[in-house]
Amino acid sequence: MADTMTVNGAHGAGGPGATKRDFLKLVASAGAVIGVGAIAWPLIDSMNPSADVLALSSVEVDLTPIAEGSGITVLWRGKPIFVRHRTAKEIKEAEDVKLSALIEPQADSARVKAGHAQWIVVIGICTHLGCIPLGNKPTDPRGDYGGWFCPCHGSQYDTSGRVRHGPAPLNLNLPDYAFESNTKIKIG
Amino acid sequence: MVGLHKSEFANPVINWIDTRLPIFTMMQKEYGVFPTPKNFNYFWNFGALAMVNLVIMIVTGIVLAMNYKPDAALAFDSVQRIMRDVNFGWMIRYVHANGASMFFIVTYIHLFRGLYYGSYKMPRELLWMIGVVILLLMMATAFMGYVLPWGQMSYWGATVITNLFSAIPVVGNSIVTWLWGGFAVGDATLNRFFSLHYLLPFVLVGVVFLHVAALHITGSNNPLGIEVKGPQDTLPFHPYYTVKDSVGICVFLLVFAVLVFFVPNFFSSPDNFIPANPLATPAEIVPEWYFLPFYAILRSVPNKLGGVMMMFGSIAVLFVLPWLDTSKVRSCKFRPVYRQFLFLLVIAVITLGTVGAHRPEGIWVYLGRVATLYYFLHFLVILPVLGKLERTLPLPESISRKVLPGGGGPLPGGAAAKPMEKM
Repeated sequence: MADTMTVNGAHGAGGPGATKRDFLKLVASAGAVIGVGAIAWPLIDSMNPSADVLALSSVEVDLTPIAEGSGITVLWRGKPIFVRHRTAKEIKEAEDVKLSALIEPQADSARVKAGHAQWIVVIGICTHLGCIPLGNKPTDPRGDYGGWFCPCHGSQYDTSGRVRHGPAPLNLNLPDYAFESNTKIKIG
Repeated sequence: MVGLHKSEFANPVINWIDTRLPIFTMMQKEYGVFPTPKNFNYFWNFGALAMVNLVIMIVTGIVLAMNYKPDAALAFDSVQRIMRDVNFGWMIRYVHANGASMFFIVTYIHLFRGLYYGSYKMPRELLWMIGVVILLLMMATAFMGYVLPWGQMSYWGATVITNLFSAIPVVGNSIVTWLWGGFAVGDATLNRFFSLHYLLPFVLVGVVFLHVAALHITGSNNPLGIEVKGPQDTLPFHPYYTVKDSVGICVFLLVFAVLVFFVPNFFSSPDNFIPANPLATPAEIVPEWYFLPFYAILRSVPNKLGGVMMMFGSIAVLFVLPWLDTSKVRSCKFRPVYRQFLFLLVIAVITLGTVGAHRPEGIWVYLGRVATLYYFLHFLVILPVLGKLERTLPLPESISRKVLPGGGGPLPGGAAAKPMEKM
């Protein structure tokens, strides 16, 4: 018994002749690793958003009640979405900004749907650490750029939802949405 | 009868068990006669206090879980029910909530003890590193526990802290969605935090066991920071240190009771009396006091990813501390220069804690950056360099030489102590 083990050990210790046992060890370990991974994945994936959470992933918004100059907040996937009716002056301000003056350069036209420049729809979550900026109501503080102001760490966004003053690093994110008619959008 | 333990206990029942499973012999060895340096000061109480605190947290937590509902719609009200309707619910919850603060007070003092007396040095490096793991587990448990009452500060604290992971390049947002189980902190998040908040304390018990096991291999450090040279330097753990620990436990419970019965909301935020509202952020989000220094480090760095890395780095640096400190001398008693720097570190951490509680404006930004800079400078530059340059004071020959005039006689218990010249 001891003799066979020594023999196998000698063969297994690398060297030019890889043995059948080396091969079996490799295949068995690789199989075990793949098996553990296959068992772990369902457990890990179960923590991702579930089907019922994903099912709630679109909402329709009627735009008629939103007065010019103010906005509303709708809940989409548990996140607040700002839908704001911009005034002509606000649109002009957003379009006239030089891109070089922006923290994350992006043209206003890339942030609204063509032909619907009076509607800006953004995810109302500050890109710094996730607070909800103020500014939907005309009476809210809107910061120096007339858009939104985050009370947590003082980030400021313009009327296109672009960050103009830190610490937020990015513009307010845009949700996927489409105009179903001139007065109705579908988010998600 | 080969393999049976030869028990020395006279009681036949204990003897019968001990013969088959020598737990009594083990307890006697590890907590009865266990040789412990005879010169401990009260700083050496805090390990035992932390253990008592952990037990208090687990016991109160198990009872609270019997009445708590981990559901976004029910959680806040179920906590109010515990406070108003459940028999002694108010007391159990206040003990649990303030127990978290007490746990961190005790642990931070325990950690300071380790820094001051060089308890992390050879051969106790692994013991120290296990301790840092315990600290990390404690922080994770405390953070998730704070989310459970589902008030405004719970909700927004969870949002801000989980959002830290979005700073990770490429996969950050997927990780955050995975942590949340949705697209914002919500019901799924609360439910899993409850599950993990219940689990982690028991993991903590396991790691604490390893911490103690490692301690019983190396033996305790002591205020002089020199190794035990023989039985004349030690006392049996029982009754000497069981009694000394009991004194500490009485004081600990006294402070604890004052918190629970007189100022139960001293450490809590008024915003957490408002139910969680995903559509309104409180004017100021402040974490619990024990996270403030780390929060201040996070905010001191203008770059999001940089801030997150510095914050985690401030704990990670403790892991490698045994190799950063190049001095062979353990105790600050014999390192006069290092002692000054260590007090500077304490001031820096307290400053960071104060900065973390204020809005990052004006002087606070500046103070936070200076203190952050010193924190890392201390560990990464001062410790390695100072160990080579510092002239340390002469170390005493042995513990008993220093403690007892004439070197101390044999143990009161009459253990086989030889005159130390021969050791």
